[in-house]
Formats: sequence, structure tokens, C-alpha cells
Amino acid sequence: MSGLLGPFVAVLRRDLMLAWRGRADVLVTLAFFVIVVCLFPFGVGAEINQLRAIAPGVLWVAALLSTLLSLHRLFAQDHADGTLEQLLLSPEPTALWVVAKVAAHWIVTGLPLVLAAPGLALLFDVEQDALGVLVLSLALGSPILALLGAVGAALTLGLRGGGVLLALLVLPLFVPVLIFGAGAVDSHLAGTGATAHLLLLGGGLLGAVALAPFACAAALRIAME
Amino acid sequence: MLEANDLACLKGDRLLFRGLDLRVVPGEMVRVAGPNGVGKTSLLRILCGLALQEYGEVRWHGVDTRRDRESFHRALFYLGHAPALNDLLTPLENLRFACRAGGDAVSEAACIDALGRIGLAAQRDLPARVLSQGQRRRVGLARLFLAAQRPLWVLDEPFTALDVRAVADLAATLSAHCEAGGCVVLTTHQDAPFERPPAVLDLAGVAC
Repeated sequence: MSGLLGPFVAVLRRDLMLAWRGRADVLVTLAFFVIVVCLFPFGVGAEINQLRAIAPGVLWVAALLSTLLSLHRLFAQDHADGTLEQLLLSPEPTALWVVAKVAAHWIVTGLPLVLAAPGLALLFDVEQDALGVLVLSLALGSPILALLGAVGAALTLGLRGGGVLLALLVLPLFVPVLIFGAGAVDSHLAGTGATAHLLLLGGGLLGAVALAPFACAAALRIAME
Repeated sequence: MLEANDLACLKGDRLLFRGLDLRVVPGEMVRVAGPNGVGKTSLLRILCGLALQEYGEVRWHGVDTRRDRESFHRALFYLGHAPALNDLLTPLENLRFACRAGGDAVSEAACIDALGRIGLAAQRDLPARVLSQGQRRRVGLARLFLAAQRPLWVLDEPFTALDVRAVADLAATLSAHCEAGGCVVLTTHQDAPFERPPAVLDLAGVAC
């Protein structure tokens, strides 16, 4: 088992170390999230009931967009410097280190959003007891975004205008996550309980963890040919 | 033993070569020759399994490499054009990562030793972005010292950007690997000082 975990741990450690050395890139994603969320009150006005009503949707759309902002970086550097070739020649299963890369990417770009969301929700005067549901929905939903996005990033690797194509490719796939993520907070506030939405998100996450790495591995092999 | 039978390579909609046969027996070194654009790199990538041939098959010890990818890649060391170095990491970190991600459990001391042998002892802890082209190349080549248990070495232009002494050292390392029963397939435009001149596969003969 340690043989299998070797490449997984190596890729995870390296990507986290790279993220730490290039922290400015990481902060840009978080800053983008904060700014997009802060723009909405300026745009729609300070009517408190209106802000409360749009808060879950705004936070979720902003999280989705900032995920998109960093996705193209997932494989681009490794593709350019030849590391991806070497990883594909590793005797260990490709899906294994793909999971490590996506996990590192989520820790660096997704987790800060999850942690920053409750503070930003207060700007919209979201009820205190809905904050837990918001964090939980983002914690379950943002890894799905990262996994689906990784497949898109692998498919558009090395293409001209890949960034725009990536957005067109993955944004429609993000829609169900957005519906159930924002819906979880809404239904909690409406008093019907968020359990159903959160269970669906959890199921989606398990499905994405099981399937996306293999799709991503296949897409990377195609991209190298 | 590496065998390729009746290989054809299509790049875009242009056929680069067809009907290519290759046999590399243990202890043999094969130099793939031919002018620029004839498909040397494409051939090496097909042999490694990074690219897909249009026709034909590649066999390692008689088994199609696509059917048993895992054990073939356990036996293979490939060094491409790009040195697989991340600029933010030091040579030591890059080398350690390359080995571990490749499934080789190597110790820190072995990596330090390999960098010392390739002549990068002083640059071990500098970020890779400050290294010169030749030094970057050497970091990739340092893996050769840690890949002795991998019998098949496929090297794409390994001598590029190296100084005269490093070229001689590398030629000696490759000859020693062959003498120990390994196989080497390489491309180069330089006349490297090999003790025994390698067998030459001229792609011009099968080019389309």
C-alpha cells in the first residue's frame, strides 16, 4: 500500500509546497471571491430583505467563478515544463496522482473560500444559524467543482484559447451543484430543512470522486498525444 | 528486449515514417538518426507510450506495451526535450519528486549523492530558475544515477547544452549501463565519444 501512496503523497506535498512558494497566485483567487461578493450590495442597493434573499446565490456564484479562475493553472505549468510527461510514465495508476493534484488544488483554492464565506455572509445579514449550512454546502460542493473542473482543464490542455473554452465546457456542468448548494441555504431559511440538498451534494461528491479522476486521466493521455 | 514492428507515425495529416522495425537487445545502444523533422522525437514518444502510433506495435519482452503498461513503465526511464523542472523548487526537491512520483523509493542521501556526481553539489539548494540551460539538463540527467534498476533508457537529445566534460561523462555512464545489460535508445546530432559506437537507425530510410 505504501507503494501506491508514494506518488500520491509526493504529488500532494509538492503541489502544496508550490502553492506556498507562489502564494500571491492563491491570494488572487480569494481576493476575487471577496470582491465579487462585495460588489453585489453596491449593485442591488442596501435593501436588507433583498440582500438576505440573494445572499446564498451570490456566494455560490462567486465561489463558482473564482474556482473557474484558477482551474487553468491546475495542469498548465506541469504540461509546459514536461513534468506531466514524467507523471504519465509513472508505473502507478494515473487516477491516483490526479486525485492528489485535485486535492492539493482544492486545499489551496477551495478551502479558503469555504472559510471566508461565513464572514462575507454577514455582509448580507444572513441569519447566524444558516451559516453552518452555508459552510457545509460549500465544503461538499466546492470539491465537486474542482473535480469536474479538472476534467475540463485536462481536456482543454494545450489548446489555443483554452481558458475560455474551459469556462464554456465546465460552467454548464456546475449548474446542478449551484442549484443544490444555494438551495440548501434557501430551504434552511425557509424552514423546510437542508438535509435533502446536503445529501444530494454528498452523493454528487462521492460520484465525482469515483468517476472524475479516471475521466481526467484519460483526457490527460489524449492531451499528450 | 524492446521490439517495434512495422511502426507508422502520423503527425497531423502527414505521414512521417512507415514500416519501421526496431530491435534493441540487452546490452545494446541504438542511436536514432536523421535530419530535423523526420520523426525522431515522435518515434521515442511512441516507444515510451506517450504517443499513439498509426500502425504497428511496440513490445517489451514480447508483450505489447499497451497491454501491460505498468510493468513496462516500471522498466523505462525517459528523458524528453523538457527537463521536467519546476522553477520554484530546488534541484534536490525536483529530483526527489521525480523519483518518488515515478514510483522509486529513493532516500534523500541518494538524491544528494546523484546531484554531486552530476556536478551540481553547489547548486543543490538554489531555486531551479537561476540555473543555466546546461545545469537544468544535468538535473534531469541526475536521475540516471538513480534509475540503474530500470533496464530501458530512452533519451531524447541528452547531450544538448552540456559542456565537453559532461558529454564525456554521460557517454561513459550510458556505455556502463549497456555493459551491465541495459538498453539505451537515444537521439543526438553530436558525435559523442562512446567507447563502442552505437548501432544507428536512420529514419531517412523509412521516411515518407
